[in-house]
Amino acid sequence: MAYLSFPGGIHPPEMKMLSESMPLETLPLPDTVSLFAAQNMGKPPSWTVQPGDTVKTGQPIATASGFVSVPLHAPVTGTVLPFSKAFHPVLQKSVEVCQIQREGEDDWQLMAPFPDWQNAPQPELVQRVLDAGIVGLGGATFPSHVKYSGLDKQPVDTVILNGAECEPYLTIDDQTMQKKAQSVVRGLAILMKITGASRGIIGVEANKLPAVEALRREATTGITVQILKTKYPQGGEKQLIYALTSRKVPAGGLPLHIGVVVHNVGTAVAIDEAVTQGKPLVERGVTVSGECVTKPKNLWVRIGTPVQQLLDYCGGFSEPPYKLLMGGPMMGIALKDATAPVMKGTSGILAVPKRGYEDEGESPCINCGACIHGCSLRLEPNALVKLVKARKYDQAVERGLLYCCECGTCTFVCPSRIEHVKHFKLGKKVYNALKGGK
Amino acid sequence: MGTTFQTGPAPHFRKPVSVRTIMLDVLIALTPAVIVGIFQFGFSALLLCVIGVLGAELFEFFVMRVLRKKKEFVPDGSAAVTGLLLALNVSSALPWYLLLIGIVVAIGIGKHVFGGLGANPFNPALVGRAFLIISFPVQMTTWIQAGAWKAESLVSAATPLGILKENGFEQASSGFSNLQLFLGNSGGCIGEVSAIALLIGFAYLVVRKRANPVTPIAYIGTAMILSTIFFLVNPEQFGSPLFHLLSGGLLLGALFMATDMVTSPATIKGAMLFGVGCGAITMLIRFAGGTPEGVMFSILIMNAFKPLIDRISHPKPFGLQKKEAK
Repeated sequence: MAYLSFPGGIHPPEMKMLSESMPLETLPLPDTVSLFAAQNMGKPPSWTVQPGDTVKTGQPIATASGFVSVPLHAPVTGTVLPFSKAFHPVLQKSVEVCQIQREGEDDWQLMAPFPDWQNAPQPELVQRVLDAGIVGLGGATFPSHVKYSGLDKQPVDTVILNGAECEPYLTIDDQTMQKKAQSVVRGLAILMKITGASRGIIGVEANKLPAVEALRREATTGITVQILKTKYPQGGEKQLIYALTSRKVPAGGLPLHIGVVVHNVGTAVAIDEAVTQGKPLVERGVTVSGECVTKPKNLWVRIGTPVQQLLDYCGGFSEPPYKLLMGGPMMGIALKDATAPVMKGTSGILAVPKRGYEDEGESPCINCGACIHGCSLRLEPNALVKLVKARKYDQAVERGLLYCCECGTCTFVCPSRIEHVKHFKLGKKVYNALKGGK
Repeated sequence: MGTTFQTGPAPHFRKPVSVRTIMLDVLIALTPAVIVGIFQFGFSALLLCVIGVLGAELFEFFVMRVLRKKKEFVPDGSAAVTGLLLALNVSSALPWYLLLIGIVVAIGIGKHVFGGLGANPFNPALVGRAFLIISFPVQMTTWIQAGAWKAESLVSAATPLGILKENGFEQASSGFSNLQLFLGNSGGCIGEVSAIALLIGFAYLVVRKRANPVTPIAYIGTAMILSTIFFLVNPEQFGSPLFHLLSGGLLLGALFMATDMVTSPATIKGAMLFGVGCGAITMLIRFAGGTPEGVMFSILIMNAFKPLIDRISHPKPFGLQKKEAK
């Protein structure tokens, strides 16, 4: 059977068997949580609590500052400790961190739920998404409410939920779809209400058929569940939209421009809980896996929980890992130690061995074309690397540098071990800095 | 806590393919042709193949470690491929020291003068062969009758294409049946005589996803169309398409030389243009040129056009509107 897909792409080892049969478990409450104000590329929210304040679970502790910004909520009940600095794995620098010492069990402070959300005014629902601190949980942590800001100019007819989970190892979306199918589908219905879309599609890769079954049982009017070919990067926004609707996001444009809004399935659950239960975003699902983890698991954890606690709960390391990854092996971040906290965008913690991950250093490009044939955005990664290395940023941009989604396909397949994505990130940064300077 | 881990940019996961594994696969793919070559031309063919592989690797090692002072250089097998391809592209009657000279030219001038692996504009093995055929034309065109070594009397013989050029198609086709050509029972270069051995080797590369069949299909397709047209015009002078396919270096060139990754375009469109160009020039030389064979120069000429072909065969980025495209 031919499943929906996109041209190009790769088939890395899936590695999902390590954790796919592990049912979702709730991690015991952490003793302390660490919360970074900065959550995404937008402005960090400003703190509204002082050291020594007691906070309840779900109480706002920082308020949005600016449009591309969301508030932050206390994930546990306890006392705010003095502010300190800690290394932010995504920003790769030391930033201010708020730590909360847990005292006892949860004492929830919830917002008023919308039991009758079908008839709630649309602006109130959008405001709720913002107030609940909801960002894209697939990893990009882009504030969700911003996605609905252009609706007056550009109508949306389709909401897509991304259940592709194409990154190897990760199984948390799979488990979420199986165990919280009703919440996923209701979250999608709320999103259709918010955006005015008549059509809701949940795209799931063919290696997660139990999740497809679970979702199809819950599916309501206007909502379909589509099976996608298991291929990386099937969960890339442009690739996913193309596979499901045959629409192409314009190069340099947004899904909104073709009438589509895309959310991760985890985000849909968060939106459902925010609307129907009044619950802010204080917990999320995380897959703990990798060849070096004793007992891989899918965990439901509070934001701010130290990574070490997740690893301990999974029996620690079976062998010393080469890398400790936050997120998937294709787009995740290599942590230098296990002190980092779980953040809103943390979908996985992977402890991986040297084999398959060793940094062997770049050798010359032999023009084999593997990167070109793999690139799902039809770029020429080898040529772009040469242009960036030669500092011909304008030419690189002309050839599509800024369209690159940094999925890592080119680097994965490269026999010369060229670090395309590293060069592209640098090239984009320098290009933007030069443009900004002019 | 306190343990630290390796850091580095994403993606962290790597496909277990390196330049070395690709080169090893090419060597494996050439093995059937080597075996048929040894079977047809005996010990001298074996000797030339061994000298080709070892000589090229040793010379590249010398160039890298001593001349270019790359202390960390570890052989990657690309020189062995060049050396073996050169050995397969000469007559078994070629003295071994001339092959060594060809290797020095191939690796030294064909490859490292331009910056080594990945930087050479021309196929190094063909650069070496072009040098040899111009410098030592007699030794390079002294052909041995296939299988003659078993009788311990080395009968020199003309190649099928040579006979076609000199004596016409009737004599050429009466000397060699298509089946003989297919199996490799004719005079010629060590590696070019057997079509079946080359096809088996290339099939291995395609199965292992190490080679893109676009270039060979375009190359051979163009050659077949042109030779069909010429055959219909004058069968006696130009010879049949099948004869052209199975004799000379067309298959060796199309399958293993025109597909050299470094010196041919990587995009599908580029590979197609490259193959069409190779096919057209090959047949032009065979029909109208001064030599019976045109594969080598056709590929070298198209190598020179690679940068131009690259310029007109960029893929259009996903989602880019036509009017925006530059």
